[in-house]
This record gives sequence, structure tokens and C-alpha cells, in this order.
Amino acid sequence: MSSYGINHCEIFVSVQGHDFNLQFEIESIKNERKNFGGLVSFLGQVRNDRDTEKELLFLELEHYPDMTEREIISICQEAKDRWELGAIRVIHRVGKLVPGDNIVLALVAASHRNEAFKASEFIMDFLKSRVPIWKKEHFEDNSSWVKSKQSDEELLSRW
Amino acid sequence: MKILYFSWLREKVGVPNEEKDIKATTVIGLIEELVQLEERYAMAFSDLKSVRVAVDQKLVQDLKTSIENAREVAFFPPMTGG
Repeated sequence: MSSYGINHCEIFVSVQGHDFNLQFEIESIKNERKNFGGLVSFLGQVRNDRDTEKELLFLELEHYPDMTEREIISICQEAKDRWELGAIRVIHRVGKLVPGDNIVLALVAASHRNEAFKASEFIMDFLKSRVPIWKKEHFEDNSSWVKSKQSDEELLSRW
Repeated sequence: MKILYFSWLREKVGVPNEEKDIKATTVIGLIEELVQLEERYAMAFSDLKSVRVAVDQKLVQDLKTSIENAREVAFFPPMTGG
């Protein structure tokens, strides 16, 4: 868990096994930063529609412990350099998660909505393919590593 | 040097990490040295297009990147976070 106050943009990043609470995280930003104009939140959760013939039992998220948090912080710092932001808060869960469980939360507060929307899209695009996390899907009778999507990689070129 | 493996590379090599005395001075040299050792490394590194590398926890694009003075090198498939 790391927190940095750089150029008045508070960056908070946590990679954790336990769940988070959206409302609590929003309140944390509101308590730190009284005068932002808008806050964008992205909440990702485990879905169960990848393969209609098989039911996903659980997802296993493996990561590179020393590197994951640092990579997320560096993505947030890049976002802070590109747009005028008040606060960024990113929480990524790892370990065993079942359908419906929260996986990731990205909160971005800024004076104006355009910056907040852009920065949250930027952060999520880079979280998908530049942070050392890997998902394995476990079904009733087998399991397989989720393959990276070329479309996710291509999204990075828009930044 | 500490060598780490994640995801299916970890499963193919059979260990999450290991300490090895390495002669190679580049990432590609290290891969070639490992592949010579045992079949399981050859299996893990059979398709280098799907292998990503971090040297001292920094992603590197070029397999010719130096590993001299590196403390750890990690191998893993394309990342699937978010």
C-alpha cells in the first residue's frame, strides 16, 4: 500500500487479497481533496460469460509482488503528468476470486470531468497489459490461463 | 542471479524462482543458456513471441538487453491485469 502526494495529486495504490468498499474509497478521496469538480470510478468484477458451455468456478490472479504496485504507481504518475488531476486511487485484488467478486477499482478526481474520464481510461488501458498480473480461469474439469487480447495491446497506441 | 517465472512459464519450468550462476550477459543469452540445461526450459521458451521479460523489475522490450550486474530476471507471458 503506497501513498504519494506529488504536485498536489494524491496517488494511492494498493495490491491486496481482501475486498474493498467503493463508498469508503470515494469518501477517502473526498476527505483528502475538498475541491475537485468530478470523480470518475471504474469498478471491474469477475464475470462468468467467457464460455457459455462451462461455468467459471473461480479466477486465480497471480502477480509479481515487488513489481506490481510499483508499475501501477508509475502508470498513475504518468496520468498525473498528462492531465490536471486532484487524486488517483487504484486498488487491484490478487488471489482467488469468484464470479461477482470485485477485481479492480480506479478512482480519478479532477477539477473537470474531461480530465477525469481520460485519465481513468488511460489507467485502465495500461493496467490491462502493462502490470504484471495474470489470470487463470478454473472450471469444473479444467483450467486455463487467460490469453492477452491484441485489441487491449492496440488500445495503448491511442495514448 | 535470481530467476523468476510466472503464470504458465512457472508451470512449465516447475519452480516459481531459482538462484543460478549464469555466464550469459544478455537476456537472450540467459534464455539460450537455460534452454541448454533441460528440456523443461526448452518447452517454456519454445515461443519467444509470447515471453515478456523484466530485468530488476523493469520491463524490457529488447532481448539483447544486458543482464550484467542484474540481481533478478523475470520471465512471464503477456500480462492480463485489470
